[in-house]
Amino acid sequence: MSAGHEHGDDHAHDDHGHHHHKETFVTKYIFSQDHKMIAKQYLITGVLAMGFIGIAMSLMFRMQLAWPGESFGIFETLLGKWAPEGVMDADIYLSLVTIHGTIMVFFVLTAGLSGTFSNLLIPLQIGARDMASGFLNMVSYWLFFISSVIMVCSLFVEAGPASAGWTVYPPLSALPMAQSGSGMGMTLWLVSMAIFIASSLLGSLNYIVTVLNLRTKGMSMTRLPLTIWAFFVTAVIGVISFPVLLSAALLLIMDRSFGTSFFLSDIFIQGEVLHYQGGSPVLYEHLFWFLGHPEVYIVILPAMGIVSEVMAVNSRKPIFGYRAMIASILAIAFLSTIVWGHHMFISGMNPFLGSVFTFTTLLIAIPSAVKAFNWITTLWKGNLQLNPGMLFSIAMVSTFITGGLTGIILGDSALDINVHDTYFVVAHFHLVMGISALYGVFAGVYHWFPKMFEGKMMNKNLGYVHFWVTAVCAYGVFFPMHFVGMAGVPRRYYQNTDFPMFDELTDVQVLMTVFALIAGAAQLVFLYNFIHSMFYGKKGPKNPWKATTLEWTAEVKHIHGNWDGPIPHVHRWAYDYSKVDENGEYIIPGQDFVPQTVPLKEGEEELQH
Amino acid sequence: MTTLLIFIVLVLVAIAVWQMTKIFELSQLRTENSEIANDSDNKYNGYLLFAFMVFTYLITIFCFWKYTKFLLPDAASAHGEEYDFLMLVSFVIIFIVQFITQFLLHYFGYKYSGKEGQKALFYADNDRLEFIWTIIPVIVLAGLILWGLYSWTEIMDVNDEDDPMMIELYAQQFNWTARYGGEDNVLGGANVRMIDIDKANVLGLDESDAYAADDVVVKELHLPVGRKVNFKMRSQDVLHSAYFPHFRAQMNCVPGMTTEFSFTPIKTTAEMRQDPDVVDKVKRTNKIRAKRAMNGEDNSEPWEFDYVLLCNKICGKSHYNMQMKIIVETQEEYDAWMKSQQTFGQTMAGAQ
Repeated sequence: MSAGHEHGDDHAHDDHGHHHHKETFVTKYIFSQDHKMIAKQYLITGVLAMGFIGIAMSLMFRMQLAWPGESFGIFETLLGKWAPEGVMDADIYLSLVTIHGTIMVFFVLTAGLSGTFSNLLIPLQIGARDMASGFLNMVSYWLFFISSVIMVCSLFVEAGPASAGWTVYPPLSALPMAQSGSGMGMTLWLVSMAIFIASSLLGSLNYIVTVLNLRTKGMSMTRLPLTIWAFFVTAVIGVISFPVLLSAALLLIMDRSFGTSFFLSDIFIQGEVLHYQGGSPVLYEHLFWFLGHPEVYIVILPAMGIVSEVMAVNSRKPIFGYRAMIASILAIAFLSTIVWGHHMFISGMNPFLGSVFTFTTLLIAIPSAVKAFNWITTLWKGNLQLNPGMLFSIAMVSTFITGGLTGIILGDSALDINVHDTYFVVAHFHLVMGISALYGVFAGVYHWFPKMFEGKMMNKNLGYVHFWVTAVCAYGVFFPMHFVGMAGVPRRYYQNTDFPMFDELTDVQVLMTVFALIAGAAQLVFLYNFIHSMFYGKKGPKNPWKATTLEWTAEVKHIHGNWDGPIPHVHRWAYDYSKVDENGEYIIPGQDFVPQTVPLKEGEEELQH
Repeated sequence: MTTLLIFIVLVLVAIAVWQMTKIFELSQLRTENSEIANDSDNKYNGYLLFAFMVFTYLITIFCFWKYTKFLLPDAASAHGEEYDFLMLVSFVIIFIVQFITQFLLHYFGYKYSGKEGQKALFYADNDRLEFIWTIIPVIVLAGLILWGLYSWTEIMDVNDEDDPMMIELYAQQFNWTARYGGEDNVLGGANVRMIDIDKANVLGLDESDAYAADDVVVKELHLPVGRKVNFKMRSQDVLHSAYFPHFRAQMNCVPGMTTEFSFTPIKTTAEMRQDPDVVDKVKRTNKIRAKRAMNGEDNSEPWEFDYVLLCNKICGKSHYNMQMKIIVETQEEYDAWMKSQQTFGQTMAGAQ
């Protein structure tokens, strides 16, 4: 498998890098086909712009939860007619919750995370001049951009944006008379998501083909950095599951606009019986979660890949159990496609099915546990370089464990009964996939910033401030939230004042909201650091973190084709950190790492696990 | 007042950020000017990792200390006791694992923080270690899965043993209605297409069905203690979820199909009001309410504990206030209450 990937070496791309094509502003910055530029476009659109909107929304509804019915000038300014006299309206509360979920899950953590780092790292780390198809890559980004624009436009619709929850279960999402957000707002939501899925599929196919076909000479699958394994498997899951969401979206569009009854039956609303007959909302739930569950792994696997890589580099140690890490990625990917029913234990589906899904769901805890232990062991007896990226990686393991453990409760159908759809679930998934994946994004941005911006580095002190404030606040928001859920508070309640039994929980809500506001402010530090460093960041050395992987052998200055000369060949795996010979001396004297491009020394054993 | 508080907090945070940056900068005065972590960065952040570990333990202890009393009181249903025990065991396991793994993670982060010249150990694999931490989760999870599945099958087995009472829960935006099987304990046929608002046939009962004539339709759920209840759930418009937190019971209501759940209430409302945890909770809550009354705010009337049924599936604008009171009482009290209710047949006759 390792030999015979010589393309890109000599023929086809030979001229790239030596003499540049004439590039205009448009071909360089807008309709660029260069993977590095597309990665930056994804980062700025997906993570920075959409992320800003998504987080700002969460801060607003957190304020409503902590101080229900209070008047805030900021609400009046931002929400206009939806906050008469500064008091948030119940409909817009649901919209904020819905769009926050949609944006964070799909736009920030799917497109923003995979789009940025798959594009940036796949060609650079496997030793390719670009993606398999630069053109499709560009189309994928621009489809994503269009879907983002449509999603943002839907916020300004007269009757309000979609507000049926990010899962948009029918009939609520199908019937405009059920809530105002299910009119034009929902139509735009569905259109946006349909385009988003097309974008995601084009991107994923490109990643798969690139990883399979464009690896440089010597780069066998078992020499790939774990980042690439994670991006590759993520893309495969995406290709398998996103089309199912498209089918759900299309059927929903037909029910809404063309009078079909795929998901609707026996409905009496606002004084009249509707004609729908024979459909089932449970069918929609199955279709949605057939994507929806793999989706959370689409979100977390790239973060895991980034963390594995950043952690190994900064520990100056090989990742512990490389093959076990690959095996667990594959196991998680496989299991992720057969656990969707654990979102539906009490949906009315046959309880026997619930048993099956409990079984598969708890199985997925095993590869997850293996990963967590392997990360911890990677730190053991290391020489940890606590750069901001490394800190975010350690914190990611921490939140992944904390959030993952409560999955044992939610994945158990019996225990799920009483905590289903309460704040316990919200706390669980925010820690295990939301915060963890965001930490993965941050780790990646701090670590590969020099690769994105021609050697410029982000300010580490601002990075430390960003990290510590975020790390403390994330637990401050989501740890107490478990207790709110265990007290029986349902999610997606505009206010809890109508149940005296929830009165005393208001203090907890205030605590969480204060932490959330501080965490939000800390992200501004990151935003400032990012933009400032983009222009004025200090230039570091070519290989600032002393990493073994190929991206640091590429030219610092961005050229189309990545390497000025021939593509480097690979002679070893990506984790020869602190490797010593039989005398206890480093393989390369005075240097604690051996780049992948360095041939095995005489008598050196290829220790690859 | 709150605005001012928030403002103060934000200002303090800004100052803290500024000061922290300064501290980090000062700690690097005599070293090279680069954005890559140096020994002093490693040292300080190593200490901070250790402090962070302490923080995670502290926040855990704080939450348990302050918030445990907010949790739901003891289960009021027969299966609920077993549910609570399984939950407790799961939590004990979770906290043991959480305590150990968080300790190792952060302690290693602190202990092995980088120093110039320190040599990391090339340690890439160990089959035995990996076997151990694969097999331990397998065993623990197998136990939890088996136990969980056993409970699940028990709880979800809705059958006609022990002469259960048949009650329909009917959901619509944004309220609940309950229908009792009546004398014959059989629910009459119903469909949304037979709803006749003018005749107050709001549940779409089949007026020609003899079983329906003695059904009793009410807006407050009364249950005799100790009698098994089989609930049949329906919804007329969108998805709802019938959530009985005190009974550890929940089931979605799906338009177009009937879903079911079964439980046996074991504590009357009166008994529950005597439960020490509930007494404390009511006391605390009424203190908050008294304070509100003093300030002339809403929601200030004193509260008396009642079981409640909530909607727990987003269903529209007033989702947050879709509830029904549940009263568990002795058989005699229940019988007396039932006698005072009109049957569907009587209501229809009255509407003619």
